[in-house]
Amino acid sequence: MADQAIATRKAPLAGRRGGSPAAILTPAEPASRISLRAGHDAISALSAALGVTVPLRPKTSASTGKRHALWLGPDEWLVIDEEGADLVAAAASSGALHSAVDVSHRNTAVIVSGPGAEAAINSGCPQDLSLALFPVGACSRTIFGKAEIVLLRTAEDTFRVECWRSFSPFVFGLLSEGAEDAGH
Amino acid sequence: MLLIYCPYCEEERSELEFRNAGDAHIVRPANIAEISDEEFEEYFFLRQNPKGLIYERWRHIHGCGRFFNAVRDTVSDRFHVTYKAGEPKPDLDAEPKTNETVETYEALEGVAE
Repeated sequence: MADQAIATRKAPLAGRRGGSPAAILTPAEPASRISLRAGHDAISALSAALGVTVPLRPKTSASTGKRHALWLGPDEWLVIDEEGADLVAAAASSGALHSAVDVSHRNTAVIVSGPGAEAAINSGCPQDLSLALFPVGACSRTIFGKAEIVLLRTAEDTFRVECWRSFSPFVFGLLSEGAEDAGH
Repeated sequence: MLLIYCPYCEEERSELEFRNAGDAHIVRPANIAEISDEEFEEYFFLRQNPKGLIYERWRHIHGCGRFFNAVRDTVSDRFHVTYKAGEPKPDLDAEPKTNETVETYEALEGVAE
């Protein structure tokens, strides 16, 4: 009998460690994610189906437990479930007109935490991350060096940096450099 | 670094997040299959390239992803106003018309003879 091929999941940042005492970098656990596009009339049904209030104001997010809905644009959201739930099926159960594309494996994330987290991210990102303008729960698609990222502030000193998996070595490397500098 | 106000994000963001997308308010002819080559050239290729205020499309590509329109001064690079796609041209009489120039070749090197 032929050998059976067994597919194993390969996390893009598996085994990576980095950062500094000022800003610790941790590759995030695998999560499920969808890119959600919908008109405003579908939002209440989608919110109910996903169990998280899909936000309508720019730069805001909403969380229920380990599930987060991030505003990316006027009709575009990134929904993340850290427990790996089937978000496409959940969105489909709303019955409302929408588009949900599974991007679970397209994206990966780095958790940046510590007193120098802001400075580490600002080493390659032009946004003002001060607490007054980017409070806990704020999120934004933006740019980090040459790579597009989605930022989510999960605590005063913690950010979730979502990036495309092919850019993740670059993002992790630049964040490591920024984290080194953030300590000085 | 320029800060550009995105009318969808309702915030000023760095120019690094944006991409220029050419002139705004270019109307596509309704009878595009019937117009002459010269008329098509006029519509498709020919632009004014003004020295001064220009109406442009910009895209917040690394942000909300939206196209919007902006009025920019090509001399000073100052953005006078930005507004959502589909909105009419804004009334610029309320805006100051002259600007300090930032740095021009003429100012630094003199006018070429």
